[in-house]
Amino acid sequence: MTKKTKTMNLNFGPQHPAAHGVLRLILELDGEVVEKADPHIGLLHRGTEKLIEQKTYTQALPYFDRLDYVAPMNQEHAFALAAEKLLDIQVPIRAKYIRVIFCEIGRILSHILNVTTQALDVGALTPSLWGFEERETLMTFYERASGSRLHANYFRTGGVHQDIPLKLIEDIGKFCKSFPKIIDDLEGLLTDNRIFKQRNVEIGIVSKQEALDHSFSGVMLRGSGIPWDLRKSQPYECYKDLDFKIPVGKNGDCYDRYLCRIEEMRESVKIILQCIERIPKGPVKSIDGKISPPDRKDIKQSMEALIHHFKLFTEGYRVPAGNVYTAVEAPKGEFGVYLISDGSNKPYRCKIRAPGFSHLQAMDYLIRGHMLADVPAVLGSLDIVFGEVDR
Amino acid sequence: MNLEKLKKLEKVVNSELTSKIQKSIIEKNELLIEINENDLKEVVQFLKLNDFLKFRQLIDIAGVDYPEEEKRFQLIYLLLSHENNLRIKLMIRFPVDQIIPSITKIFPSANWMEREVFDMYGIKFKNHPDLRRILTDYNFKGHPLRKDFPLTGFNEVRYSEKEKKVIYEPVKLEQNYRNFDFESPWEGTKYIKEVKNLEKNDKKN
Repeated sequence: MTKKTKTMNLNFGPQHPAAHGVLRLILELDGEVVEKADPHIGLLHRGTEKLIEQKTYTQALPYFDRLDYVAPMNQEHAFALAAEKLLDIQVPIRAKYIRVIFCEIGRILSHILNVTTQALDVGALTPSLWGFEERETLMTFYERASGSRLHANYFRTGGVHQDIPLKLIEDIGKFCKSFPKIIDDLEGLLTDNRIFKQRNVEIGIVSKQEALDHSFSGVMLRGSGIPWDLRKSQPYECYKDLDFKIPVGKNGDCYDRYLCRIEEMRESVKIILQCIERIPKGPVKSIDGKISPPDRKDIKQSMEALIHHFKLFTEGYRVPAGNVYTAVEAPKGEFGVYLISDGSNKPYRCKIRAPGFSHLQAMDYLIRGHMLADVPAVLGSLDIVFGEVDR
Repeated sequence: MNLEKLKKLEKVVNSELTSKIQKSIIEKNELLIEINENDLKEVVQFLKLNDFLKFRQLIDIAGVDYPEEEKRFQLIYLLLSHENNLRIKLMIRFPVDQIIPSITKIFPSANWMEREVFDMYGIKFKNHPDLRRILTDYNFKGHPLRKDFPLTGFNEVRYSEKEKKVIYEPVKLEQNYRNFDFESPWEGTKYIKEVKNLEKNDKKN
């Protein structure tokens, strides 16, 4: 005779330290096995897309810092590229290099956070303490370039806001020399760690076909063995001239994704070092006075500069009508902006394509049949940040 | 993505789907094709399964609202082909009450994307397995990304010390939301245009 069993519903979050923010996950459990997972999102919904429709292009940019707040500049990049594509303007070479340096710093920032919190979720405390020290160093680089640690608002249409201080490049170089040692330390704690492996190997396996069907991108796609990185396949800025590898996983489980992220951090360090070597001198923003604001000192001297400054910060610039989709390889995957302009000074529509949205959507399929204790492990390896999922 | 590849893609798509395509343009190195909403499923299926095109990934579904137009809503489906390294945009346009066929059977990831469109614009999808609101609050009313939805919304939430719980109240603002008209007064503002037009008409008469 078979026993009659009843499934139990469990509310995971929205206030749960392993929920990586405000995720409410309704789990249907049969004993300890998850039968169904229904993520409820939107608890951090701020209406970014609606707000952007009401702001000028300059004012819309800071909203992108607040999406994936662990790697702010990568998001700004997508919007800046979209506006540049519509305006059809070129970015000076120095600005391109500065952008790439800070995008890769963003990637390291995000990967440190993810790798160490994934470890934290499965019971290892130390990596996060070590990792956050490095994150702090990286955020001071953000601060020295843009004036703030998190919400940088640094990439502007046509370039970057200001040139970086002289000594900053030197210091970033020094960091790149010392950082690989830290990655080794982190790996020493985790890669061969028995508990870490038991919790991650063959958990949350994604096949190639399913990764495509579920719109995965970034590490989630590469972890399953699909070599696809927008920096290589559809290169933007100066990635074409740089030499770096794309780490690809084999089994598509949580452990492979962890390894991919570790390897990507090493590649990012390589990219930054190459940029530092090659970065030329020159202007850092478009010289078109109708788009990039004048220097502070010019405003005191030139009437024209003063007028430009006033017009740019009240009315903003007008963008020709059209619609474009631009995507960048953000740390979490393909971050895209679909921008529609009606020829005025405000975007008519700005659809933000956040990688985490599709990744979290697959949660139900990933976790079905796993144990309850695997939920944080899978969630950790998805690399979810609610700023971008909820927008 | 170079232009030649896109042109070739445009040719292939046009020759295979001939009558289903209403318009196709290449702009800013991106291909956009407009189709009828009834052909949506077939076209997406074709793009996904065709051996040459291989658009195996749905990137996003974006809704757009043009309140003045008769066909008020637009949906834009962004597809990506990894093998060919190409992107394509599919556009459909339809009036308010139109029900759109869901493509969740073809792309499972369309599930949440369509839910988001439903939440933000109130567009309904036929045969969607689970068409609930996704990003807005439980019991939320209205569709926030429609152009006629006010930026400030209707309700605000606060914790009431008196009732010892979170309560919903109509929005009260100390100062109204200010939306400046930056059209230059010498050439742009509406009333001047109207006056000018009147003058023109007078002269004609």
